[in-house]
Amino acid sequence: MTAHAITKEKYNLIPKDVFGFWIYIMSDCVLFATLFATYIVLHNNTYGGPGIKDIASLSYILVETMLLLTSSFTFGLAMLASFKRDMPKVMLFLGITFALGLGFIVLEINEFVHLILEGNGPQRSGFLSAFFTLVGTHGLHVTVGLVWMASMMYQLKKHGLTNFTSEKLTCLGLFWHFLDIVWIFVFTIVYLMGAV
Amino acid sequence: MLFGKLTLDALPHEPIVVVTGIFMALGALAVLGLITYTKKWTWLWREWITTVDHKKIAVMYFILAAIMLLRGFADAALMRAQQVLSVGDSFGFLPPDHYDQIFTAHGAIMIFFMAMPFMFGLLNLAVPLQIGARDVAYPFLNSLSFWLTAFSAGLVMISLVVGKFASTGWLAYPPLSGIQYSPGVGVDYYIWALQISGVGSLISGINFLVTILKMRCPGMTLMKMPIFVWTALCSMILVILAFPVLTVTLGLLFLDRYFGMHFFTGDFGGNAMMYINLIWVWGHPEVYILVLPAFGIFSEIAATFSKKYLFGYVTMVWAIGVIAILAFVVWLHHFFTMGAGANVNAFFGIATMIIAIPTGVKIFNWLFTMFRGRITFTTPMLWMIGFFITFTVGGMTGIMLAVPGIDFQMHNSEFLVAHFHNVIIGGVVFGYFAGFTYWFPKMFGFRLHEGLGKCAFSCWIIGFYTAFMPLYILGMMGMSRRLQHYDAATGWHPYLVVAALGACIVALGIAFQVAQLVYSVINREKLKDTTGDPWDGRTLEWAIPSPAPFYNFAVTPEVSERDGFWHDKLKKKRKSTKYEDIHMPKNTPMGIIIAAFSAVLGFAMIWDITWLAVLSGIAMLGSVIARTLDYNIDYYVKVAEIKKIEAAYAKGAK
Repeated sequence: MTAHAITKEKYNLIPKDVFGFWIYIMSDCVLFATLFATYIVLHNNTYGGPGIKDIASLSYILVETMLLLTSSFTFGLAMLASFKRDMPKVMLFLGITFALGLGFIVLEINEFVHLILEGNGPQRSGFLSAFFTLVGTHGLHVTVGLVWMASMMYQLKKHGLTNFTSEKLTCLGLFWHFLDIVWIFVFTIVYLMGAV
Repeated sequence: MLFGKLTLDALPHEPIVVVTGIFMALGALAVLGLITYTKKWTWLWREWITTVDHKKIAVMYFILAAIMLLRGFADAALMRAQQVLSVGDSFGFLPPDHYDQIFTAHGAIMIFFMAMPFMFGLLNLAVPLQIGARDVAYPFLNSLSFWLTAFSAGLVMISLVVGKFASTGWLAYPPLSGIQYSPGVGVDYYIWALQISGVGSLISGINFLVTILKMRCPGMTLMKMPIFVWTALCSMILVILAFPVLTVTLGLLFLDRYFGMHFFTGDFGGNAMMYINLIWVWGHPEVYILVLPAFGIFSEIAATFSKKYLFGYVTMVWAIGVIAILAFVVWLHHFFTMGAGANVNAFFGIATMIIAIPTGVKIFNWLFTMFRGRITFTTPMLWMIGFFITFTVGGMTGIMLAVPGIDFQMHNSEFLVAHFHNVIIGGVVFGYFAGFTYWFPKMFGFRLHEGLGKCAFSCWIIGFYTAFMPLYILGMMGMSRRLQHYDAATGWHPYLVVAALGACIVALGIAFQVAQLVYSVINREKLKDTTGDPWDGRTLEWAIPSPAPFYNFAVTPEVSERDGFWHDKLKKKRKSTKYEDIHMPKNTPMGIIIAAFSAVLGFAMIWDITWLAVLSGIAMLGSVIARTLDYNIDYYVKVAEIKKIEAAYAKGAK
């Protein structure tokens, strides 16, 4: 996905690849919107099983949320460092972001495993199917983001901060912040509106 | 365990399927043998399989669409024959389960693997040329999209011989498509084939949107774009908004079937009606995704062959935009009978009827374009006139179905079948055939034979009316769709015989099209397009030689008005020869590799071959990452080489 076959690059303010990535994010937005709609339709269909009030621990979720929000902040710091061409700092903040994201995923998997062991897996009811799928799809996105971040750090190490790698870093940033925003909706619609 | 659920039982036992399977295998072997015999493998690999050139990808899309058109039409012919033979005491030649697979495959193939590839073929061929670009925004992703589509079509073909296809109808409504009522692999084939091709379509959607918004030549503002580019733009916006919904919907059905979840099941709090809502939230825009580019093609053709500017350009653009928006607020009209209540039905009924307004605007624009024009009745023009009448009839019956009261009577009847074939064949198929004929010279450097094209058109239009008008009557007589057998006392039989006759005439039309292709290839010297502008065209694609050079434009064109090339011709503007080095993408096999792994993953998931699924999944992700790590992906064409190529073209023109 690089800039080839350019006809009028000088007329464009946003690089083509970053613009295309924005469009991809819009489509991902529709994907999550569909999952949210599904969750809203099914959230009362507990079929005698537990509802969100019975399975969510708000303090636990708050820790997860703080990890992800902080990781967005540290990614921002990595971007600022990249504008200043400060390579060691870029790598440092990317490393911290990676660790925070990993922490988020570990906590989420832990939550899922507990639920399944208690017999409240996604097969239990329509509500739990929708819950696991919505939260799990977000988790899957974060996991992809982590793999990408690892690959990004490798590429930065190999090629340094060129226009091309900076563009890629910008795209990764868009992706990471987008997942943060989606999580805020998950936190609000699934946990806060359900459990409070 | 090594092969999951896959055993020798999966191979076919029914004679019809066995014979078809053998012929398919022989056909494939013959093609492979011919390639080996003529030693074309290296050429095929270098020039076609690994190509990222949008014009070559267009050709491959057309080949895929043609193969799948034949397959889908064969399914249609089988259904028509069965309904003629299976009346009263005789039961025809297709047992119910096989018949169900055939109508499911017919629908799924015609939409996903005939119409979509045909559409992306036309977009690939014309959009970059019309906006004066050298390629699409992401040439590699373009190749990936094509191969994802091709391999998922392959999965559907494999289902014919290994296992079975879904027998649920083309949208696979639950709970019938759930694991309880469809325990076989049929629905899994359906899910995986559609998921893989759906991802391909989504990537193409993003690719063309960025191409159109970011890569237009200097001077071409949005309101100076050819109308085909406008329709492509709106169609791609619909792709980007609608296809993620399809991905999620099929994904949830997969979770239900594979992990025993309860999104759409009858018990444990599932909700089957949610599936039907979701699938049509994708499904209705999909219809416009297909038909908008056809409208664009007709706009180009009307202007070119009437030698006039398109009448009402601005209203045309607005009409396209309005149709694109309304596409998302009418999905419920596919299931008025769900019982959402009178107010909801009224809203969606009225929204549906409103679509007739922008569509009417377009029809009148085309008519006024032709009014007092200097019309030449070429084949594309005939397809267009056929479209006017047919599409209007289909639109009218659509308005009838939009009235919930009438719909309660007509729901799932042959009337509905007649209606949507009326708009899809009359609109989409006629439009794509017209576009294919119109842009064919730009692909290969020679025109298609006119006489045979006109024969093909005549057979298609007569055949279409003979095949589908009886279905309207049958619908009003109360015949439901998808019947494998019916009673003689219904009085349906004579109409179904007429419909089958119509299908035969359409088959003749297809035969003429094949003959037209063969004849034109043989006589390509006589039909040669030496000027690059065989129709006296108006837009940029005709400004370059035919077949288009791989870099498209030796010098980036500039336009100052609509129909820029027409203006240049009027002003006798000379072509610039200020060549500069051209930045081009390198060919890559990663598109086909990633797509192949995804198809293997799909196959392994269908048959529960866990180890293979894990391996191919890892291999697929690995190749994606490998591609992102590859920085050596472009090169420059030097001025000297451009001069040589352009000189050769100039020589050919004399």
